[in-house]
Order: sequence, then C-alpha cells, then structure tokens
Amino acid sequence: MSLDKNDVEKIAHLARLAIAEDDIPGYAGSLSSILELVEQMDAIDTENIAPMAHPHEAHQRLREDVVTEENQREHFQKIAPAVENGLYLVPQVIE
Amino acid sequence: MHSKTIAELAQGLKKGDFSSEELTKNFLQRIERYDSELNSFITVSEDHALAQARAADEVIAKGNASIMTGIPLAQKDIFCTNGIKTTCGSKMLDNFIAPYDATVIHKFNQAGSVMLGKTNMDEFAMGSSNETSFYGGVKNPWDTSTVPGGSSGGSAAAVAARLAPAATGTDTGGSIRQPAALCGLTGLKPTYGRVSRYGMIAFASSLDQAGTFTQTAEDSALMLNVMSGFDEKDSTCVDKEVPDYTANLNQDLKGLKIGLPKEYFGEGLNADVAKVVEEAIEDYKKLGAEIVDISLPNTHLSVPAYYVIAPAECSSNLSRFDGVRFGYRCDDPKDLEDLYKRSRGEGFGEEVKRRIMIGAYALSAGYYDAYYLKAQKIRRLISDDFKAAFEKVDVIMGPTSPEVAFKAGEKSEDPVSMYLSDIYTIATNLAGLPGMSVPCGFSNNLPVGLQIIGNYFDESRLLNVAHQYQQNTDWHKQMPEAFQ
Repeated sequence: MSLDKNDVEKIAHLARLAIAEDDIPGYAGSLSSILELVEQMDAIDTENIAPMAHPHEAHQRLREDVVTEENQREHFQKIAPAVENGLYLVPQVIE
Repeated sequence: MHSKTIAELAQGLKKGDFSSEELTKNFLQRIERYDSELNSFITVSEDHALAQARAADEVIAKGNASIMTGIPLAQKDIFCTNGIKTTCGSKMLDNFIAPYDATVIHKFNQAGSVMLGKTNMDEFAMGSSNETSFYGGVKNPWDTSTVPGGSSGGSAAAVAARLAPAATGTDTGGSIRQPAALCGLTGLKPTYGRVSRYGMIAFASSLDQAGTFTQTAEDSALMLNVMSGFDEKDSTCVDKEVPDYTANLNQDLKGLKIGLPKEYFGEGLNADVAKVVEEAIEDYKKLGAEIVDISLPNTHLSVPAYYVIAPAECSSNLSRFDGVRFGYRCDDPKDLEDLYKRSRGEGFGEEVKRRIMIGAYALSAGYYDAYYLKAQKIRRLISDDFKAAFEKVDVIMGPTSPEVAFKAGEKSEDPVSMYLSDIYTIATNLAGLPGMSVPCGFSNNLPVGLQIIGNYFDESRLLNVAHQYQQNTDWHKQMPEAFQ
C-alpha cells in the first residue's frame, strides 16, 4: 500500500496531529515503506486462526463497585497547563 | 567501589566497609565526571538520592536492612516518580512532574534502595538506538561513535560505564535485551504480567514489561525479587506467587535441553556475531547441556505483526496527550481542535508521530481486518511456535541482536532498517515470554549478547542458566576502558 499526500493528511487528522506541509512527503514515504513491511503478513493464510489479544488469555478482573480513589483534584491540577476554579481551561467550544 | 555487583555492595554495606551515603556519593561523582560524554541521564536526583542513602544507613545500622537497602540504582525515565520530573524522553512531558510513584519505584523505595536519577531513552520507548530522545542521543561507552541500543539506552550506557551498579528498563520489542547486548550487560525481560505496569508510561500495553540491567544474573535475581508481584492497580498483572529468584542459581546444567531455532542463525545475522554465539553454545555443552535443533517457522512475520500491534496500541495510549490536563500545550490555540493538533504535533517527535499515524491507519474504518486482526492472528501463530518448541526444550538460545552496536546516524533515516534490529527479540514480546541477554564475547571490540528465552514464568531457570555460564566465563566482568 502506497500512501499519497491526501492519505497522510487524512491520517494526521484522525490522529489529531498537526504535520507541517514540508514534512508530508517524508511521512508518505516512510509510512508506505512500513506498510510494505507489514504486508508480508498477507502471504500467510490465517483463515481459521483465532486472534490473540493478550499473552495469558486473561479476562478483565472485576472488583466491588465502591469508591477507592481519594479526591486529589488540587494535587493533580497543579501540573495542568491552564485551570480555573478547579476546571481545566480550553478554547471556547460553544458560541 | 564502582565496579562491584549489587551482591558485593550489599555485603560491603552490611559489614560496614562503606555507608550507603559514601556509595551514593561515589556514583554521583562518577555521573558528574563522565555523563557529559554519554548523556545517559535526563535527571540526576542528587538531593533525593542522598536523603534516601542517609535513611538507608539508619535502617542498616538498626539491623533491619534487606539486600537492596542502600543500593544506588538508575531508573528509566518511563517510570513515574512522585515529585521528580518524568519525561519519557519527550518534549511532550518536559514539564511533567508525576503526582504519584510507579509500583516499581514504590517497591524499590520500600526496599530502601537509592534512586540516583532518571535515565535517557528513545521517546516514549519507540526506537532501537536511543536517537529519538528529545534530550539527544546516548553514546555507547564501548565506542562513543556507536549507539547503546534502545529504547532503554540510557540505563544500558549508565550501567556499562558503571555510573550505577544496576538500572531498570522496559522491553516492548527488545528494549532491554538489545541495549544489554550492545553494551555488554545482563538484561532481563520477565514474563508479561510478572511486574506491574502501574505508573510505567504506556507504549503498547499488551507487550510492555519492566525488567533490569545488571552486571550479573545474580543481581538480576535480586532486583526481580523486589520488582515482581501482583498489583491491583495493573489489570494485566498476574496473581502468581513470587519465588526467591536466587534459590536455583547454583543448580548444575546437566541434562538441560537448549533449543537452537534455525531461523535465528540464518540470513541477516552478522558472521562474527554468529561465531561468538556458537562458541557460547559450545560452552553450554561443556556444562552438560544438550543441544536440540528446533524451528520457529513464523519468526519472519514477527516484525511485520509487531509494527501493526505496537503502533495500534500506541496510537490509542498516546491519545491521552491532548494538551489539556498535563504535559505540553501549544501557544495561542485558536480552537479546541487546533489545541489538540498543535500540542501533539509540536510535543511529539518524528518517530512517535510516525507510529501514531501507522496505528491510526491500521485501526481506521475499513482496514481493521486487513491489519490489526491479521496481526493478532499472526501473533497466535508465533506464540504457538514457542509452545511447540517448549514441549521439547527447556530454554531457547540464539543471538540477541543480528549485529554489534552500529554507528550513530546509520539507521536513523530508514525506519524499516532500524525496526529489523529487533528481529530476534520481538517474537518473545508477542508471545509474552521471558527473555535475557547475557554478554558472551566481542566482535570488533564491541560486546555480543547471547539471548536466552524461557517458558512462561520460568525466570528462575533463565537466571540459573545465565548464572552458571557466568560462573565459568568472565565476559560479564569486562568493562569499557575509558570508564575504568
């Protein structure tokens, strides 16, 4: 699979990454060569093979539905780029 | 003092030959003197280390010490440390001070170990040469024109130059074993789920596992004793008893069945490296081991499958870096989408962006079956290859890396050639098996690593197999001349 400029722009948008115009051809080239590597998988018939998501076939552990975390809002918000009155600030979303 | 193992240092502390404070100062002075050449540390936590050392000395004086009490260690900068900067090698986290400790850090703190600082690494652990770090590349102490390997290159270089007696690392596709091989160290990646991932910044959650860089297998056992165990805070951590990993070290190897996969000795393997590894296998025969030829027929598919699974998981994990709650935020965002896109575009380096995009593509509508599902099926085949092999053998051996340390810049422009550096290590992560790299000789004056792969949770045997070799060879005792 060879990716072009439009493909890279579309993927970058899906991943919410700003990519400089000048860098797009470089990404198109390297992403295409990675996909070429990956497509070696196509040579193998995997029709009846069960996918493996996890080494130990484990199931999600469950626990009692009780609050275990303490409220540490101020502690956690000390490292935020912008907060006000305990809220995280972002550019205005609704007019 | 600086060339001693953890086991030897623990003896010295116990006998009162030196205090933890003296020991810690000694390593801090070595870092001060040498690290400008290597760039192996991102943060040196001097005040914190000295306070920990003094506290350890009090515990030792009271007679309450464990073996790891007062031992200085370097921690990979992927483990969150409460109050001390954790960058993961990225501009994205250049200002990040974690509000909590990773479980691995917590366990070493409980044991009374001393943290010298946080080591350099490929950005978000994505790399095999330590050249993708926002803080600059790390140099290999054996030849500073070469790379130390990656992603845990800072930990490897620091221990190789004896700026720390041991260090932690993480291994997603070879990030402990490959740098251990390239820097002449003993590297251990435990079974997936053996060590808690809590507070270890996630790259590919079904593959990531924490482990160690040490001079000896005995030291790896001592560290693994502290690090392992169940943790409620990591949903994939396995609830299984932790044995004393030093207990079986001295068992002899008579009758040990070593499998040699033909796929690990074929095309792409440097001839000198092959020769050194084959000599190590001969040494094992002399120790009473039996060699069995085996095949892991899907080995060639491990790199292709990995470069779908790891990027897919990374694109999901790294979506949390959005410029809102912590980490880098771009200047003057015009709207929310601009905030996300520019914070991420400016905060992440090139290789990280490349992998996020591969992952986003592989998971996008219409491509899931062709890439992600296909890769998970291949993952099953690779895992089944190992299952079949372990019916016949106790451990599997081969080279850790197809070549010795390569020159800085040699592969950094060609991602695919860089990815192939991990050709012998990646399958182990896909299967979730434990693996080690042990120094077994030199080629062109650069260290060669022997890889030893074990069955699930068979770390005790791996450590025994490595320890017996180290009782009969001295490759692991060599250290780079410039840092003696």
